[in-house]
Amino acid sequence: MTAGPQDWSAARAAPAAGTPPRSLLIRGARVLDPASGHDGIADVGIRDGVVSDIGASLPTDRFEQTIDGRGQWLMPGIVDLCARFREPGQTHKASFASETPAAQVGGITTVILPPDSQPAIDSPATLLRVQRIAAQVGGLDVRVLGALTKGLGGEALAELSALRSAGAVGASQALQPIRDMLVARRALEYAHGLGLTVHVFAQNAALAAGGCAHEGAVATRLGLASIPVAAEVSGIRFWISLVEDTGARIHFCRLSTARGAELVALARERGLPVTADVAAHQLFLTDTDVDGFNALCHVMPPLRSSEDRDALRQAVADGVIGAICSDHQPHEADAKINPFPMTEPGISALETLLPLSLALVHEGVLTALDAAARLSLGPARIAGLDAGTITVGAAADLTLIDPAREWVLRADHLRSAGRHTPFDGRSFRGCASTTLYRGEPVFVG
Amino acid sequence: MAAQWARICKSHEYARMKPTLQLDAQGRLRHLLTLEGLSRELLLKILDEAEAHDKALRGADKKQSTLAGRSIINLFFEPSTRTRTTFELAAMRLSADVLNLQVSASSTSKGETLFDTLKTLEAMQADMFVVRHEASGAAHFFAEHAAPGVAILNAGDGRHAHPTQGLLDLFTIRRYKGPADDCFEKLTVAIVGDVLHSRVARSDIHGLRTLGTKEIRVVAPPTLIPAGIADMGVKVFHDLDAGLAGADVVILLRLQKERMLGAFLPSLAEFHRDFGLSKARLARLKPETIVMHPGPINRGVEIGGDVAYGPQSLILQQVSHGIAVRMAVMSMILGAPATERARARRSRR
Repeated sequence: MTAGPQDWSAARAAPAAGTPPRSLLIRGARVLDPASGHDGIADVGIRDGVVSDIGASLPTDRFEQTIDGRGQWLMPGIVDLCARFREPGQTHKASFASETPAAQVGGITTVILPPDSQPAIDSPATLLRVQRIAAQVGGLDVRVLGALTKGLGGEALAELSALRSAGAVGASQALQPIRDMLVARRALEYAHGLGLTVHVFAQNAALAAGGCAHEGAVATRLGLASIPVAAEVSGIRFWISLVEDTGARIHFCRLSTARGAELVALARERGLPVTADVAAHQLFLTDTDVDGFNALCHVMPPLRSSEDRDALRQAVADGVIGAICSDHQPHEADAKINPFPMTEPGISALETLLPLSLALVHEGVLTALDAAARLSLGPARIAGLDAGTITVGAAADLTLIDPAREWVLRADHLRSAGRHTPFDGRSFRGCASTTLYRGEPVFVG
Repeated sequence: MAAQWARICKSHEYARMKPTLQLDAQGRLRHLLTLEGLSRELLLKILDEAEAHDKALRGADKKQSTLAGRSIINLFFEPSTRTRTTFELAAMRLSADVLNLQVSASSTSKGETLFDTLKTLEAMQADMFVVRHEASGAAHFFAEHAAPGVAILNAGDGRHAHPTQGLLDLFTIRRYKGPADDCFEKLTVAIVGDVLHSRVARSDIHGLRTLGTKEIRVVAPPTLIPAGIADMGVKVFHDLDAGLAGADVVILLRLQKERMLGAFLPSLAEFHRDFGLSKARLARLKPETIVMHPGPINRGVEIGGDVAYGPQSLILQQVSHGIAVRMAVMSMILGAPATERARARRSRR
């Protein structure tokens, strides 16, 4: 990947407030490193923002600070494939200043922003602007997907080569469709030529038009316009057929259906270069949670049936779905104060990504190592980043987890500017206890 | 900001505790949003109350003082003449002060949110809002955010519910197939037409089911039947003659003429041929089969003009029953029971 421009790396190197320890030792944690498959107790030493030592019992006197990791899990910092910070353009909803602490609390050290800020990230100038804001706030590795088409309009290609040079880690239409199939094919080919993975939200716009809930008994009873399963399935089929023709790499974003996951599994079995992710809430909630017109469960793609949810869980366990993301969409309170179909979809999710993933471990859906993989190495590889591993010489982006801590989520205690979560009042077991970004504790719980 | 968040969190809890949104702690109607979840006893009580009002309406003096001094605002975000008029008439006959607001293009186009519209009108000391809105869930939304003591009466929200229409349909069926409350247990009711977009169909289904209707059918081409509707306890038919066979009650739904645009149907003529209730088709049914329609009718589309005004049609009766049913609901929600009114008078003294 091409290096970022000068002002970007310069701002990155600027020290944060206070003086972080130059060296740090995390003692006796259960170290989960999906890259090596390591799952066992070890000491991890950090020096100058980089993992310097991994060993059975490292001498504490060689480090300025020691963190007692006994009883805790240490995993690579979480890489969130999709979070919206709403800046520029929608700072009434959120900003880098408000969302960065939320990510840190959630154990997240890297976020990948989709290009649908306002204006859309379809030019190097906008991308640099986003990076500049990110650098000013610091404490988080912020990466960006470039818009696949100008203004996300789905008609003319964005300057993808320039976007890549400016640091885009992939290209995407976010939630916007490309209605012309020929434009879709050319965009995919062009991105492929640049080595850019195209992140596709494969919901057919015509089949989903006007819909706000999963097609089924609940939407029918509530009289909500619905989105059929076929909207996702037909979209995935179409894009897979383009992959078959072109060999281009596609990442399917936010799977919601059992049949969609099945198609991705088949494509991967046939050796096609496709990957997929799922939003954490999609592994827990179903369309019945929409009952009573609960706008906090208005998300896109919609919450589907319990069969879909169970199949998605299985696909995550099998590795067909290689990443769990937050799909964080902070809103101002007013966005959800309307009749259900008129509310804006999306929930505040940075702070529930890790707790929900840990719930999958407690429920026996995932091993701790698999959960770590879906939250770090998996998404890092999809985005072509070096992150997601605990190895000597790697950046010390690490998440220390207290897997046993019992706590109850309170929406009004969220750090994010968006407080709309369907998990308000839910009991959780486990959360981030320390988040290290480049060796610096940016969150200590 | 914090207060706003507290409000949405709280309203969310409200919404999930569904029965309590419509009913107070004593199980009395607080709002009427949907027939779903209302007990058989309560439905029958409303119908009985409506019977009493209907009887009174046939006398020379149609006015009662039940809601004297109360104000009711008809808040219609969708154009409507018939429903609004019957609500207005019902309120006037109960001596309430009525204000009609057609909001389709006025405040919403100026950017006022529904929440702000509600709060502004609440400040005018309204006791009840009769609300119609194109979004499913709009009545729930108003009920969640209404001040304590302000009642919401759903006059139609999107495709979701039209509970007073459902009640007047139940009333009409009981009147002509009853008078026993258990008459529904012997009835086969066919609901024919655009079920997909129909709030009337959904409210009818909930009400008919609660009252123990033997068989409820929905009859339409597959493009106008929503997925999973069988879960509401109905049988689905795509052939009108099969769907009507043995039916005691036929409820026809209005077909919006723009349904050809979304490729739901090829033409009105074809719809009429396959799903319209013509005189010839009606003649093949039992002579005691009754025909209902929420109106306004599309002659020659879902119903033949000769059927609409034929001897088996109760369409006009439905209209007048609508006033009695709406009076019943308004007085049950707003008019405190006689015992409580006496107690309130004593304490004031």
